[in-house]
This record gives sequence, structure tokens and C-alpha cells, in this order.
Amino acid sequence: MKKSKSEELEEVILESGIKVKPVYGPEDTKNLKHEKEIGQPGEYPFTRGIHPLMYRKRPWTMRQYSGFGTAKETNERFKWLLEQGQTALNVAFDLPTQLGLDSDDHFAEEEVGRVGMAIDTLKDLEEAFAGIPIDKISTSLTINPVASVMLAMYLVVAEEQGIPWDQVRGTTQNDILKEYIGRGTWIFPVQPSIRLIGDMVEFCSKNVPKFNPFSVCGYHIRESGATPIQEMAYAFEIAITYIQEVLKRGINIDDFAGRIAFNFDIHGNLWEQVAKFRAGRRLWAKTIKERFGAKNPRSMTLRMIAGGGGGGLTIQQPENNIVRGAYYALISALSGTQTMALCSYDEAYTIPSKKAALISLRTMQILADEMGLRDTVDPLGGSYYIEWLTNEIEKKIAECMGKVEEQGGMVKTIESGYIQGEVSRQAYIHEKKIQSGEITKIGVNKYVMEEDKAEVEFHPFNPRVAEEQKRKLKEIKTLRKKNEVEEALLRLKKAAQTKENVMPHILKAVKEYATLGEITRVFKEVFGEFKEPIGL
Amino acid sequence: MNEPLGKKRIRVLIAKPGLDGHDRGAKVVVHALKDAGMEVIYTGLHKTVDEIVNTALEEDVDVIGLSIYSGAHLPLSKELMESVRKKGLTDKLVLVGGNIPQRDVKTLKDFGVTEIFPVGTKLNEIVDFIKERVKEQDEKI
Repeated sequence: MKKSKSEELEEVILESGIKVKPVYGPEDTKNLKHEKEIGQPGEYPFTRGIHPLMYRKRPWTMRQYSGFGTAKETNERFKWLLEQGQTALNVAFDLPTQLGLDSDDHFAEEEVGRVGMAIDTLKDLEEAFAGIPIDKISTSLTINPVASVMLAMYLVVAEEQGIPWDQVRGTTQNDILKEYIGRGTWIFPVQPSIRLIGDMVEFCSKNVPKFNPFSVCGYHIRESGATPIQEMAYAFEIAITYIQEVLKRGINIDDFAGRIAFNFDIHGNLWEQVAKFRAGRRLWAKTIKERFGAKNPRSMTLRMIAGGGGGGLTIQQPENNIVRGAYYALISALSGTQTMALCSYDEAYTIPSKKAALISLRTMQILADEMGLRDTVDPLGGSYYIEWLTNEIEKKIAECMGKVEEQGGMVKTIESGYIQGEVSRQAYIHEKKIQSGEITKIGVNKYVMEEDKAEVEFHPFNPRVAEEQKRKLKEIKTLRKKNEVEEALLRLKKAAQTKENVMPHILKAVKEYATLGEITRVFKEVFGEFKEPIGL
Repeated sequence: MNEPLGKKRIRVLIAKPGLDGHDRGAKVVVHALKDAGMEVIYTGLHKTVDEIVNTALEEDVDVIGLSIYSGAHLPLSKELMESVRKKGLTDKLVLVGGNIPQRDVKTLKDFGVTEIFPVGTKLNEIVDFIKERVKEQDEKI
């Protein structure tokens, strides 16, 4: 920890590399054209928010990430969360499911039901949503390379509940490009993976108009080490890549841009995060309008979930994470988010306990109902410092996007490992700064307590989940019509080999109870697998 | 890089076994070990235990470091130690890092893991440990 003679902060430099002055005044914002750059909430360029009334009209959506074990156990947790006032669901899948492996796959061993729920066939998803009216809630399915299969299963569950597809609301995370940078659940090479996303967007724009087929995750890029600037810049470059894929198919920008969703991360400096989101909204609006020629203002809005990130939480003195979570929620509300989620205080150790999940939910509810965060839109707007910082951050994000484009865009820089290298180097620099005390982290390098025994209840891992899944899988395989399954998989393969949209074929296969693993294998045969460049 | 001429550089394999995709910690450790003058090979994600042990054999490393955050560290480490013994690599240091609860440390050591570096470990602790133990190992030979 750097110590000067006094308590005075001699120099403040943000993670973005921006130097902060002790005082800001009118001269710092005098070049800003108020009408053009800040404007009104709900109007281009949306700096102050994407709706005119924001939380006056309705509070942000509260959506905690949850799911574990079998679909049945997850179904119980879902129902409990909804009873507690949570307004939407965010589904966690186990790693085999996220990687398109069935529970009886030898590579899935020891991971079945561990970090989320296991899904092998439509049967499992039917159980997960049993008794949950899916036209009344919006569901976020946190899955990427095989998002197309999960979307198909979800749509069949809707059908079975008698809900027309145009009433289905929700999101598949489906952001494969960020998986290559952080999080790591990739299967297929880059190009065919982007094609699958294009197929889903095309299918949803015609059949499931209220569904967000992908949510671009700056979140995981930042969690992997990126600065706030890189988080936004890389997310925007990724979104641009998907947009270009969809435009190639002759679809109009205004027919799908309004359904693009983003998922961003909150930890670190409060002001910097708020300015990051205000700058992001403005830059995204400009990009969609000026670069892609959108006409509909809705297409230009940056709709986001901004959540308190695990990267800011510490394993030391875990109860401090409750306090951090509350500040992150405050930042999220001050930033004009649409949806909020918080990593729970025990999440650095384990899947959140019921108690920890409830504290996170109550934190967001207290903020909405007790603290006046719904009273007025963008309460920090007009602050000399915030408007100046918003402007500086916007410039930096644009600069960082320019660097990626100079090198050929996101696909090229991910295939070469360049982006992964940039992010991992940042992670290392950050870690060294924490270890040297240059960045203060309470409980880690300041106010450290020797007897730091964490009082955290570990989520038990139940090895019987794998047995149960294997038994169910075996049973389904004897009950389904073998010929129909094979026929559906064959047709899917033919579609994958051509430019035909694969979604109708996945739907057919799913209805015949083809397994997630079988469908994934078809894609592997046609597309091959991603070869990871070692980006350091 | 600061080692005197003639003295071999320590070779380390950092590996990500299984399906877990959290590689921030592994990559940070790779950077730190490289900065400390070691030769580091990083496997990338989704490796089987056999692939890892074979790489360790081919690359003739002194240290195998596993990074695991999904909670599957016990079965994966057990499998790795069995494979290490089968292939006669018992002279290697085996280190496990990641999201490892305190209560599992003893079990991991019983499997034969040399040391555990859970989240929150200082980077220079890992560097110093490796340097010291590899030196001891070399002196035995």
C-alpha cells in the first residue's frame, strides 16, 4: 500500500487510465452539446436512459442466477425465488449441458449437476418448468454453444403449456465469441458458431418476436481481467459481428436490433461504472444509427442486465461481500439498468445458499422500495464530473474498438488469440497491483484479519444426480421412436451442411427426444471443433 | 531469465483438467512463473487427465500445476495422481490451485498432491515454493 505523509490522495487514476481532478466545474463540460450529447431519457442518444420514465414506470427486473442438481430440484428453487418476489428466472446449467455432453458421457463424469442443472432431453426441461407459467415470466437461459438446442426445448415446453410462441419472453445468452475470451464453454470453431447465432436470430425475428436470441456479455470479459473500457469495446465489437452475420441474410437492421441485449459487469470504482454505462448507451446508439442506418429508435437502445460481479468479491471476510453487493446494486440502479443481478456473498466459494440468495434479492428490493432510487431518472445526469467522465470514457471505448477493427475485427483477433492475450495480461497486471497494495482491497491487503475463518455453508454436491440422469436417459432411449430420432438427426445434418436454417430441424429432433449430446455430435461432425489458440 | 548460465530453467506445466472454463487464475499464474524465469507450458481448456500427464511426460516438466474452479478437484486430482504413478512420474511436483476449500486440503495431500494454492494465494508464494522444492529435488539426484 502506497503511503504518503498525509492522508491526502495525491493522484487518482481510474482503471480506464483516466486521471481524475480534485474538482470539476462548468469549464469541464462546456464543449458538451447538451441537446445532442446528453438529451432526454428515452430519446436518442439515450445517454440518460432508454425509457422516458425509467423506474418511475416500473422497477428494474430482479433476476438471480440459479440452478443445480436435477431439473426437479431446480424447479423447487425457481418456485421459491418467484414466491420471494423475484420477477424473472436466470437458469444455470451444469458444465456437461453447457458443452453439449449427455450425462452418461465419460467426459461428463463428476460434473453432472455440479454447477447447474443437468439437461439431457426435453423431458428434463419439462420438469424444470413444471407449474411455472412461462408466459408470465421472462427466462434467461445461460447457455452458449448449444443455445439453439435449449431454445428449441424451451419453445416445445411453451407449446406443451399451451403458450403461443409470440408470447414467449426471455433470452438465450448465446454469446459464443465471449466464451472464447472468458468462461470457456466453447465447442465448435468460430465461423459455424456465428452461423448458428444467425439462424436463431432469423428464426426468432419471424416466430418468437419477444425473445432475445443473444445477450452480449461484456460481463465475462471483464471477469476474465479486462478493463471497463475493454469490457464495453469488445462487447460492442462482438455485437457488431453478430449484426453483420444477420444483415448478410437480407434481414433489415430494424427487424432485430431492438432485441439485442447486453450483460455487463459491476465492480470497481462507482463513478467510473456509472459513466461507463452512460457512455456505452450513447456510443451504441450512435453506432446503430450512423453505421447501420437504423430508423427505429428502439433499435438504438442499449438494453442491459448490469450485475454485481464476482470479480469484486473476496474470499477473505466473506460477509464484506454483502456490503459490496449493496454498493454494486446502487451503481446498477444509478446506471439505468433494465435488469439487475448480484453475485451472492458466498459465491466466491460455492453455489449460493438460500440465505445468501435471499440477501441478494432483498438488497435489490430495499434499494427499489426504501432508498428512493426509483424517484427520478438518471439522478447523476448533469453532474460536472459524471458528464465529463462519460465523455472521456466514450472516447476511450471508441478508440479501443478502432484497435480491434484495425486488426481485422473480432473473429480474426479471437482466432489468433490476440484478445485473449490482452485480457489475460490485464488480469496479471491487476493481480500484481492488488498484491502490491497499489489497488486497495479491504480484507485482502488492508484491514487483514489473521484469524480469517470463513463461515460459509457449502452447497453439497450430490453424486446421485448423475445416477438419476443416467437412469432417465436410458429409459427415454427405450421409450422414444428410434427411427424418427435417426431421421430427424439426419435431416438436421443435411441442413447444417447447407445454408438452410437449422432451427426447424432442431425443434423436430428435440420433440422426438433426441438428446442434447446427439444433436451436438451432429454439429461436431459437420463443423469440427474449436482449436484454442494459447493467448497469453 | 536471471538464472546463471549452465543452470537449467525450471519447467512447469499449467493445466486445466475437465470441463471447467475459468482460466483467469491459471493464466495469471503462467505470467507470474514466466516473469520469475521459468519455462511454462499452458495446456488450454478441456483437457483429460491422460492428455495432461502425456504432455508432462513429453515436455519433461518439473512441476504439474492443475487449476480447478468447478468443485471437481477431488476426483480430478485423484485420477491425475493415479496416472502420474502409473507413468512413473512420481518425481514431479504436483500443485493444485483454484477454488479449493480448506477441508479438502488434507484429502488432496493424501492423494499425493505436493501442495495446494487456493484462491487468494500470493503469487510469490507459489514462485518461491516451486524454486525451493525443485532445488531440493535436484539435490536428491
